[in-house]
Amino acid sequence: MTQALLMRYLLWPLVKFLGAFIVVQAIVAAMNWVERRLLGLIQARLGPNRVGWHGLLQIVADPIKFLLKEDIVPSSSEKVAYFLGPMLPLIPTFMVYCLIPFGPPPMFIAARVNVALLLVLALTSTGVYGIILGGWASNNKYSLMGGLRSAAQMVSYEVPFGLSIVGVLMICGSLDLVRIVDYQANNAWNLFPQIVAFFIFFVSMNAENNRTPFDLPEAESELVAGYHTEYSAMKFAFFMLAEYSAMIVNSCLVTLLFLGGWTMAIDGKGLTTQQLVSMGVLGGIIGLAIFLTKMMFFMFVYIWFRATFPRFRFDQLMDLGWKWMIPLALGNIVVTGVFVLIGQERLMYWIGLATLGAIGFHIFRKPVPAVKAKTAHEVAHAS
Amino acid sequence: MSTLTKFSAIPYTGPAPTNREPYVPANVAQTDARGEEIAAKISNNALQQERGQDMPSFSVDRNAIVDVLTSLRNSGFTIPLDLFGVDYPRRSGGRFDVVYQLYSPQANERVRLKVRVAEDESIPSSVGVFKGYDWYERETFDMFGVKFEGHPNLRRILCHEMFQGHALRKDYDPAQRWLLTEQGVAKLLPKIDPKFENVDTDFERVTLNLGPSHPATHGTLRIVVTLDGETIIGADTEIGYLHRCFEKMAETHTYQQVIPFTDRLNYCSAIINNVGYCMTIEKMLGIEAPARAQHIRLMLSEFMRISDHIICIGTNLVDMGALTNFWYLFQPREEILGLVESCCGARLLPTYTRVGGMAVDAPADFLANSQRLVNMLPKFIDDVEKLIMKNRIFLDRVIGVCPISQEDALSYGFTGPCLRATGVPYDVRKASPYLGYETYDWDVPIADGGDTYARFLVRLEEMRQSLRILQQAIDRGLPPGPVIVDNPYVALPPKERVYNEMESLIYHFKLIMHGIQPPVGEAYFQVEGGNGELGFYVVSDGTKNPYRVRVRPPCFPIFEAYPQMITGQTIPDAIAGLGSLNIIAGELDH
Amino acid sequence: MTPAFAVFLIVGTIAVASSILVISMRNPVHSALFLLLTFLCVAVLFVMKGAEFVGAVQVLVYAGGIMVLFLFVVMLINVRHLPDEKVLSNFWKGGFAVGLGVFILFVAVVRPGVYHDEQLDKSRLTSVKERIWTESHKNPGTYTYRRVHRTNANSEAVGMALYTDYLVPFEVASLFLLVAMIGAIVIGKRELSATEEETAQQFILERVETEKEVKEAMSA
Repeated sequence: MTQALLMRYLLWPLVKFLGAFIVVQAIVAAMNWVERRLLGLIQARLGPNRVGWHGLLQIVADPIKFLLKEDIVPSSSEKVAYFLGPMLPLIPTFMVYCLIPFGPPPMFIAARVNVALLLVLALTSTGVYGIILGGWASNNKYSLMGGLRSAAQMVSYEVPFGLSIVGVLMICGSLDLVRIVDYQANNAWNLFPQIVAFFIFFVSMNAENNRTPFDLPEAESELVAGYHTEYSAMKFAFFMLAEYSAMIVNSCLVTLLFLGGWTMAIDGKGLTTQQLVSMGVLGGIIGLAIFLTKMMFFMFVYIWFRATFPRFRFDQLMDLGWKWMIPLALGNIVVTGVFVLIGQERLMYWIGLATLGAIGFHIFRKPVPAVKAKTAHEVAHAS
Repeated sequence: MSTLTKFSAIPYTGPAPTNREPYVPANVAQTDARGEEIAAKISNNALQQERGQDMPSFSVDRNAIVDVLTSLRNSGFTIPLDLFGVDYPRRSGGRFDVVYQLYSPQANERVRLKVRVAEDESIPSSVGVFKGYDWYERETFDMFGVKFEGHPNLRRILCHEMFQGHALRKDYDPAQRWLLTEQGVAKLLPKIDPKFENVDTDFERVTLNLGPSHPATHGTLRIVVTLDGETIIGADTEIGYLHRCFEKMAETHTYQQVIPFTDRLNYCSAIINNVGYCMTIEKMLGIEAPARAQHIRLMLSEFMRISDHIICIGTNLVDMGALTNFWYLFQPREEILGLVESCCGARLLPTYTRVGGMAVDAPADFLANSQRLVNMLPKFIDDVEKLIMKNRIFLDRVIGVCPISQEDALSYGFTGPCLRATGVPYDVRKASPYLGYETYDWDVPIADGGDTYARFLVRLEEMRQSLRILQQAIDRGLPPGPVIVDNPYVALPPKERVYNEMESLIYHFKLIMHGIQPPVGEAYFQVEGGNGELGFYVVSDGTKNPYRVRVRPPCFPIFEAYPQMITGQTIPDAIAGLGSLNIIAGELDH
Repeated sequence: MTPAFAVFLIVGTIAVASSILVISMRNPVHSALFLLLTFLCVAVLFVMKGAEFVGAVQVLVYAGGIMVLFLFVVMLINVRHLPDEKVLSNFWKGGFAVGLGVFILFVAVVRPGVYHDEQLDKSRLTSVKERIWTESHKNPGTYTYRRVHRTNANSEAVGMALYTDYLVPFEVASLFLLVAMIGAIVIGKRELSATEEETAQQFILERVETEKEVKEAMSA
């Protein structure tokens, strides 16, 4: 009896967590290489291509380099906090892996909690501690400013981040990630009825991760390297690890909440959870593959953003968060509430689809010429 | 035999060297007449015309200089181009000449004022007339020890505060060494702008050092800012970290040996510096480079200008977090450097020009390569424009950031893209054309507002205009003929002749050992550098070494205005503004 | 001893120990960190009692929001070097007495039989109505929405309680918070000095033209 309980509640979840952990860490390591190669592709250069086949051994070389570098601790730093800084953001991020279903249940989820989504949000919100502690403990003005900027940014963007999810919850009626995914398989992706929430979630998730165009805390040209200016070797690598892990967590979340997770079905037709489960191991693998593909798409968009956008100024960032994102998210909640109340969720799908069409039309219409400098000749002739 | 020179050593039919004769500029009568008109207009007793100069020149009594400058400014000479000293230690009646040069954009003419001052005398400070003269006066004080009465902050600017003596005085021994330490140097604390003086705040003000080693300064600049939150309420700058005493070094080298030093001024567009310096010496010698050399100079200058703007735009965008533009734009820049390399073997610091022409001829595929580059560049410029100029984030970051008004820009002595971004269409290539720029069809881009956005617009358009010039230059083709003048007193004979002919060997020996010896006198020549008017003022005493070489670096007054531009802005704005000014430390610190 | 009890013992000990350390640490940042640890341990205890929602909210609000602001303030005032000697407050006796009194009161109130009120009607709190998408009973093969009663969803239960029985206190509390927020903004807002205001306006006027041009070009 005890043995069976231990198996069920301790050993088996642990194995699943370790599996998720290893897979995610492998993705993190690979992302390092993928990001640099992709940036190279976008920026018309090569990226790392020397170590191993197409530079693939870079994935191994980088950790080795980090391990072998000298670990420099500034003499005037606050030792305990300086040490804790890189560690703290890792713990909640790893804990989140227990809660995220990477494929059809019960195989690919370590712990199914009925408020999983809330718990994920709670855990990711503690990721900010590492950054402010690291920034403060380094005893460096740039680090401190980076840390404070980061804290303000993450606390601000947590609000639209959370609010944008409320619409999804109202439609799906659950905080359980598995049931949210099942609901989408039986109807359609939440992307369509919650198109506004999707954009708010996506932008706030970029801001939460301090990625371009919201990478002000580590804006290299202003604050040298922000909160991790004084960090070196493995401690620096831990910050990077936490950032990439958080990126993966957020990509998983957006996949689960808006893109139907591991399912590929509309109106209950197609690869729903039941369908996948009934297919056994093969179904599990297909589900995992679908999930990872969707997730990697968002990882790609992260990198794409980094290659495209300049970064915001701090006040502009705050304006965007408080004056645009939060009112928009609140408005979305009200509108969704009205639709749910009158029982017309279906209508929202069509509205969302129309919005997407309009956006697509806007993107692909004839480009607008940019503003150009006048020439002295033109000015003379105009007057 | 290359097209280097046909070298007719025997018999040489050209003019004999005139190294002990005074220098007579072209159009001297016209210049003198114009000088008289200006003197009549100013009608100040302290003003005395100096005839036979390359621009209207006056010697002014030191006590009247502020009055003269004020009335000159009021009569249109609104840009303070330069202020520097020249040391004549054995002269009676005042050892130093302090030279002021002004430019009038309306009348398109320059004027030079000279003030004689002895070692123990001082000159009234003209900071009140032209804001830009603040740093120039500090520099003159630093280099010559000339004191300016009433200057608000007369301390050393390029040399360390513990430096002893004044480096550009003739009796200063350049071999001396000083121990310079951080101890005993006053800490730099920026003055808080009176606008923000009475703002009370609950938090203490933070003073932050940006630089001298900071990722955004792209060189060794130091900016000290006092912050109230993220707003800069006071700023000060410290320069001189890259000071290599270009001007002192030039005095101990022959005229040809100075050319490599000019590369190191604005190393992003080195050939323009080469051209400017060589053309100054050519002006003094009264010679002109052959048409082929001029054509190559013009084409490479324009390529260098594009490359300079590419660096400015690219690094500026990196400072704002837009990485792609930087990497993407560096691709054509590499190609431009490759073109330079194919001409002379060096990429960044080519030292390609010589007095009287070019070091070597351009390769046979020079025009084809240029055409390839000219075909390729518009796509890169358009792509970058598409990426940034319609991006809301970018526009929010640059519009209204680090603005400077037209009056202030003129008063500081801005030139180049930064001045044109305030709406003044001043471009040396149009105002006083050289290398035949007047024969090309192109426009001077201008913009309003003088902010970072305007500077972006101007630079992007300037690259397009440069491409226009280049396309026309390629269509005309390289003129045939030698690339260096046929004058054994200026140009070295080819190596084969040196090994085989006595006369060539003698000329080679004479030129190497005794150098070019321009006539006695002084001349100023200006070209349009990447950042604005790049001027060289050369004083010759008829020997092989220049008596004084003064470079007018366009960055100097621009960076001087920087603290004023960033006060009231935030740090990210200041960084974005700094990038758009394109401060090149090598040029700034000479 | 069940595994759950063992976990409770460990986590509870850490919670008590770290809450003592909160008040005994000299460095305010360290105090704040131990307070964070306390919050997390309490959240674990909530989860163990089956109150996942409260646990998650505990972490989200206290650990993710309030403690960050605490740290923010502590870092901004930057009290790094405090005297190292250990001093006990002059009022320690009084403080101890008050603490003891509160503890006794707490034990008196929270004791078995009082806390677990068996008479309470919990059906409202633990069951909710829900529309689910299932196969129809009448016509097998077609799918339809069906209203069902479901139990054991404690986030729904909390929501139900807040918006039905405790609606008025809930709204009053939120109104208070709103008033407090407005007050904080009014106090925190810095008056622009006369010159600043002047330059700001001038600046806006100067830029209007270009902004408009850009917008026109973008919308053309």
